Amino acid sequence: MATALETHDLTVTYHKRPVLYGIDVAVPEGSLVGIVGPNGAGKSTLIKSIMGVVPSSGGWVKVFGKPLKENLHRVGYVPQRESVDWDFPVTVMDVALMGTYGRLGLFRRPGKAEKLKAKEALEKVGMLPYSNRQIGNLSGGQQQRVFLARALAQDSDLYLMDEPFAGVDAATEAAIIELLKEMRERGKTVLVVHHDLQSASEYFDKLLLLNMRLVAFGDVKEVFTPELLQKTYGGRLTILSEVADRAAKL
Amino acid sequence: MMLDLLIPSSGAGKAILAAVLLGAGSGLLGSFVVLRRMALMGDAISHAVLPGVVAGLIYSPERSPLVIFLCAVAAGLLGAGLVRAMMATTRLKSDTALGIVLAFFFAFGIMWQSRNQESTAGVMNFLFGNIGAINTADLRMMMLATGLLCIVVFVLKRPLLVMSFDEGFSRGLGYPVRFLNAVFYFLLTFSVVVGLQAVGVVLVSAMLITPAASAYLLTDRFGKMLVLSMAFGVFSGVVGGLVSASVNGMPTGPVITLAATLVFALTYFLAPQHGVLAKVLRRGRRRRRVYRENTLKAIYQIQEASGFSHEDVDLIDLAQKRRNTEDHARKECAALLRHDFIELSADGQAVRLTTSGWRRAMEMVRNHRLWELYLTNEANYADDHVHEDAEKIEHILGANTVKQLEQDLDFPELDPHGKPIPQPQLVASPIV
Repeated sequence: MATALETHDLTVTYHKRPVLYGIDVAVPEGSLVGIVGPNGAGKSTLIKSIMGVVPSSGGWVKVFGKPLKENLHRVGYVPQRESVDWDFPVTVMDVALMGTYGRLGLFRRPGKAEKLKAKEALEKVGMLPYSNRQIGNLSGGQQQRVFLARALAQDSDLYLMDEPFAGVDAATEAAIIELLKEMRERGKTVLVVHHDLQSASEYFDKLLLLNMRLVAFGDVKEVFTPELLQKTYGGRLTILSEVADRAAKL
Repeated sequence: MMLDLLIPSSGAGKAILAAVLLGAGSGLLGSFVVLRRMALMGDAISHAVLPGVVAGLIYSPERSPLVIFLCAVAAGLLGAGLVRAMMATTRLKSDTALGIVLAFFFAFGIMWQSRNQESTAGVMNFLFGNIGAINTADLRMMMLATGLLCIVVFVLKRPLLVMSFDEGFSRGLGYPVRFLNAVFYFLLTFSVVVGLQAVGVVLVSAMLITPAASAYLLTDRFGKMLVLSMAFGVFSGVVGGLVSASVNGMPTGPVITLAATLVFALTYFLAPQHGVLAKVLRRGRRRRRVYRENTLKAIYQIQEASGFSHEDVDLIDLAQKRRNTEDHARKECAALLRHDFIELSADGQAVRLTTSGWRRAMEMVRNHRLWELYLTNEANYADDHVHEDAEKIEHILGANTVKQLEQDLDFPELDPHGKPIPQPQLVASPIV
């Protein structure tokens, strides 16, 4: 099967201190992948560096066989809900519509087709009745649905989602996972940062175990083993982080 | 020049045109400044342009607006660039970096000006603003700059909006974020320099912040915010400019700023959604409703204690139940009377619930007891811990939540203390 996302030796440093070491991973098309690991493992950083939101200090990323820049329109990114100001004076519809802006470039205005696309996306996540609401007047779960609608309106083939389950109610969590499975059925590739190990094994087909380095990547039944989980959650590689600290002070 | 056709010949006309340009430009850019939490950056840029103005005055003895404009823009951008560089290379946060740059540029500008007093005679107009001193050549420059600013913002409105809302996502869309940021800083500096001669270095950032802040309190729509912010900017500019031109001893910059602040004060108190008055009124309404509902509940409980044997409840009993004077009970009942929840007996000493009063009282008691039951059964509260909580929750449970609670609790009949949960839906609707 073709590869949707490939990273090679992807390395990220914050203030000279590495937070991700040489990540090599190849995600086949049509897989639903959970990215799991302890706090500070670099889960969000991995997604952000793939998207180029944080600069990587080494390695490369390919999307559907090409450098990210050439295939950016095939990638949808869902940032963490807390990353934006929800008092911003935009409506639910405005946010969903932003998903279509990538295809429009800098100057073209969204027309009927784009508005229809945004509407369909909102319908799919059950937020159409709230179209005209200002986004601050929504619950956490509803805000997350709006973010997902924006991603759906992008109509991408590969999705990178940063903690879409954080702070949402049980009904929204179920609705989101339903939606993710449906996306996979339609051949989309979805990577999801997830912090709950318990549900991770039920929600995803593949897991990417991360703790500053890639611990394992593969089908749930292969990598959801006590040994690998111990390796992921059993603390940092002490020498690795000590040396990194020392190097950062140079 | 074509533009000259638009420039009035009278002094007052020129002042008004300058005020309109200033208000429109800074109102437009100010919306972005407020939403991107860059108010301090606007302040820093406005102070940073001073050395540029001084340089312009020194090197252009004929006081060419173009030279002054370009020098000021260059200085402003240099200041903004220094702030960003400081943040990138040290662990200083933006407020500190801004504070350093703002003070340094301003101090340097004043120093430089003091050493070149005779060639920089007009600098006071740039420091505190003097709308009367703006001539045709200045206006030409202001029109060009404001026109350019409006066109660029209009063309790039959507990308700038998305970037202000969610920068990470806008990168994912393929927007050239660095380029757009650079454009934004250019526009911001432009709007500062346009306002310079009218409002002055010290106060020009107020024109970026205050009108946009007023607009932000009035609307939840971005497009409306842009329009309102420009309107407020123009309004304060024109009012301030006119007052300053017609009354002696009224410096333009401060008067315009005070006018903008007056608009802000009005929206701060009177804005229908986010204003202080609206919030106070909402809270008062809610408090009065809770009070009424508690009185109704007390009447119901008195009835319940007597086995619903008679319809009338004496005011004395009600006062006792509410641990209050009879006078107070009478006042409470007056509020209920106004809402047709009760009727008064002929002698005025007792009350009787109307149909709608019955229904509302039963709803409150039901909500209270349902919530107590939910807390004990589903959330494992001890049954003597739940009353206080239910006292608050009973007033805010919506119809949908009640339905859900009844379902989850399998349509219970008794609360945790063994008291029956009333069923208000069984009360006959009032005959219309």
